[in-house]
Amino acid sequence: MKRSSHYDVAIIGAGLSGLAAGIRLAHFGRRVCIFERHSAPGGLNSFYSLDGRKYDVGLHAMTNYVPRGVKGTPLGKLLRQLRIDRDEFDLCPQRQSRVVFGLRGETGLRFTNDMAVLEEEIAKRFPAQIDGFRRLAALIGPSDDAAFEPPVTSARAIIRRHITDRLLEDMLLCPLMFYGSAQENDMDSTQFGIMFRAIFLEGLARPPEGVRRILRVLLEKYRAAGGERRMQCGVAGIIERDGRAAALRLDDGGEITADHVLSSIGSVETARLLADSTEADRAALAGPSTDRLSFVETIRVLKCQPQELGWGSDTIVFFNDSERFEYARPGQQVDIRSGIICFPNNFEFNGRELPEGLLRITCLANYDQWAYLPEAQYRAAKQRWLEAMTRSAGRFLPPIPAGALAAATIATDIFTPRTITRFTGHLQGAIYGAPQKIRDGRTPVKNLYLCGTDQGLMGIIGAMLSGITMANAHILHPEARE
Amino acid sequence: MTKDECKKLVVDIIADIAPDEDLSHLKPEVRLRDQLQLDSMDFLDIVMELRKRHGIEVPEADYIQLASLDSCADYLTPKFNALAAKT
Repeated sequence: MKRSSHYDVAIIGAGLSGLAAGIRLAHFGRRVCIFERHSAPGGLNSFYSLDGRKYDVGLHAMTNYVPRGVKGTPLGKLLRQLRIDRDEFDLCPQRQSRVVFGLRGETGLRFTNDMAVLEEEIAKRFPAQIDGFRRLAALIGPSDDAAFEPPVTSARAIIRRHITDRLLEDMLLCPLMFYGSAQENDMDSTQFGIMFRAIFLEGLARPPEGVRRILRVLLEKYRAAGGERRMQCGVAGIIERDGRAAALRLDDGGEITADHVLSSIGSVETARLLADSTEADRAALAGPSTDRLSFVETIRVLKCQPQELGWGSDTIVFFNDSERFEYARPGQQVDIRSGIICFPNNFEFNGRELPEGLLRITCLANYDQWAYLPEAQYRAAKQRWLEAMTRSAGRFLPPIPAGALAAATIATDIFTPRTITRFTGHLQGAIYGAPQKIRDGRTPVKNLYLCGTDQGLMGIIGAMLSGITMANAHILHPEARE
Repeated sequence: MTKDECKKLVVDIIADIAPDEDLSHLKPEVRLRDQLQLDSMDFLDIVMELRKRHGIEVPEADYIQLASLDSCADYLTPKFNALAAKT
């Protein structure tokens, strides 16, 4: 196939935001090409194969799940904008999730995709706070995307106007931070509203096939709309002339030009591609990169369903054993005091159960502590933390006989901040990008825009909405932007 | 093209943009926004689909003409016919 050397739009990165933007642009007749350095699509929500098994990266659950017929939600907007039928994503709702705090998990709050369950739990455990909680929930407005609203206030400040118990404050923030905050120990109020809606008001779901299902749907739409992509061909440099991205230098040595460039790879990561541009331009995009939050995730493959071990009711468990919940870059390799437990089996798959059991545990991690380890030490550290994280998380699950988990485990894997940087190119193993978001997606380079984590919409739904919003705002109808 | 044919083309477009909406009882004289959950993004998509599928341009100042099916037909039918006459 003869490849073009000029496109209407070049997109850097075949993650969810890049693919979603590509679908919009190709659908409306733009000549689009997505350049992806990795061999698999998906970016931060991807998959890999190991010993004949496919593992998901990223996706624990899709947030923002609403049943068919509920109108005016981010999921509905996304499906419309990408011309995707709901059934194509094959979303199956969660069973139940919990937020559990305390050394022995003394305080727990259950929640499901029905907000009434969480309200009941709060009324039971925090009777003095329930009215405040209801007032807070009522503040979460309609789901219009807040991409252009300035992030003004601290989420904690807003919560404290209604909720006076710090334990409840932390317990509410814990899942919202773990699933969508790039900021340490607080969130901006806009992001808080988005995540509160995404997790508590709406809910969690998953396709039985996991992220591969979502990616397949997006790739098929993109292809059918006429979009091109070049895999294993990243963008090595952006050549800037007169304040415009004049050309892209590719990993394979080639060069292409495009009227518009959308970069999903991060703001600092994008700035680094502008090697020939002025210091000032780069400085405008680049902040410090040492404040990125990263994670370690362990995956256990089980020879039985988690249910057979007595772990059949929880879909996700957000845990913390300390007095306050600290959401920050840890001083050591991993912070096992808090984390996320995910049972991908425990969604309502209605007879389409996953063939093997899976247990995923995710904890905050420090990139620097992992990045420079010699190989042997790196491997040893992975093994050590696999055990430590499993022990820590086990405190928050129904007790099972000693040795039962080990006996049921048939494979394990673990990925670290180093793995994330290696396969996604995101600096510091960042999952949610830089703490400072560039919500209008603009850069000092006129025809170069950001989408993805550093534009400011997080999670799987957020990533796709980011691509859609930026493609609309800057390329499809810039006249409607202001 | 008749106005009824024109309305059908518009309904076809809405059906693709908003497959989750029931379009069988649309009242032609009532604003689409009052009958369906359509936001400004969806209206922009209607404009872009008209251009993509039928080569019809709707300048921004005329978006208001797309408020109801009746007003769509009044505004778009002459455009369709003018386009057909040219080819």
